[in-house]
Amino acid sequence: MAVLRVNPTRMELKRLKNRLKTAVRGHKLLKDKSDEMIRRFLIFVKQNKKLRREVENELSDALKNFMLAKAGMDDAAVQEAVAMPSVGVELITATQNIMSLNVPELTVKAVEGDTFPYGFAGTNGELDSAISNLSGLLVKIVKLAEVEKICNMLADEIEKNRRRVNALENVMIPETQETIKYISMKLDENERANIVRLMKVKSMLENRD
Amino acid sequence: MSEKKIAVIGDKDVVLAFKAVGVDVYPSSDREKSKETLIKLARNYLVILITEDIASQIGDIIDRYKTKPYPLVLPIPSAKGASGFGEENIRRNIEKAVGSDILFGAEEK
Repeated sequence: MAVLRVNPTRMELKRLKNRLKTAVRGHKLLKDKSDEMIRRFLIFVKQNKKLRREVENELSDALKNFMLAKAGMDDAAVQEAVAMPSVGVELITATQNIMSLNVPELTVKAVEGDTFPYGFAGTNGELDSAISNLSGLLVKIVKLAEVEKICNMLADEIEKNRRRVNALENVMIPETQETIKYISMKLDENERANIVRLMKVKSMLENRD
Repeated sequence: MSEKKIAVIGDKDVVLAFKAVGVDVYPSSDREKSKETLIKLARNYLVILITEDIASQIGDIIDRYKTKPYPLVLPIPSAKGASGFGEENIRRNIEKAVGSDILFGAEEK
């Protein structure tokens, strides 16, 4: 491991010792953070998986029904029927904080209105049920989008955090330790050299007399 | 962030169904157009739903929005049923975070 390029002085030694203390403490904190993030991530990811299965099944059913309904009707009539939807969806957005990550939180607010924006004469019953299924599903879809986004962001953050932990653990901390050792050895060596020099001078002085 | 909310990018049939429930829709079929639409919509919408067959073509653009809070880009199955693209994404997340696939792998045994 490479030793940092520093002057072997007492001041430098003190600075490095402080730095090592901070690094060790930061390493521990980051490691704890990583553990907790993974724990939360697993909870979310399980939820994500369950929700996605549900949404995928229900949504493809709903779309299939819609397709069937459409097949039983005149194309122009379907176009006309859905051309002016009277319902809408509004989203209320907020941010929630998960392990100091700002993730979106969405709540769906359905705008009141008639679910079926068309007369029943020109359309068939399947279309009605397909549409009402789909509008019920929208809340779930938004929830899934939210959970999936949280998972994406958490996964990314966990990876970043792991890099930081590794950098501290494998590079920064050993490097600092090594340098501290190098400096203290150098200082000791200087001290010994000094003593030897003094002794030598003393003996030279004695010999002169 | 402006006040617009949910948009759908997809083929004609899917788009029609979503239009009926009051979601803004953008029909698209080819890759280039979907790409452009997505980039344009990302500025204005909070949630963008994309059908899986299109999403799998423009995965690189979708990845761009993955780690930002908004917009939320979500692949949805088309009328043909789920292709597994969505689950693949979850699996990739798990691998990224934990290092190995611990949820899906266990199930297949």
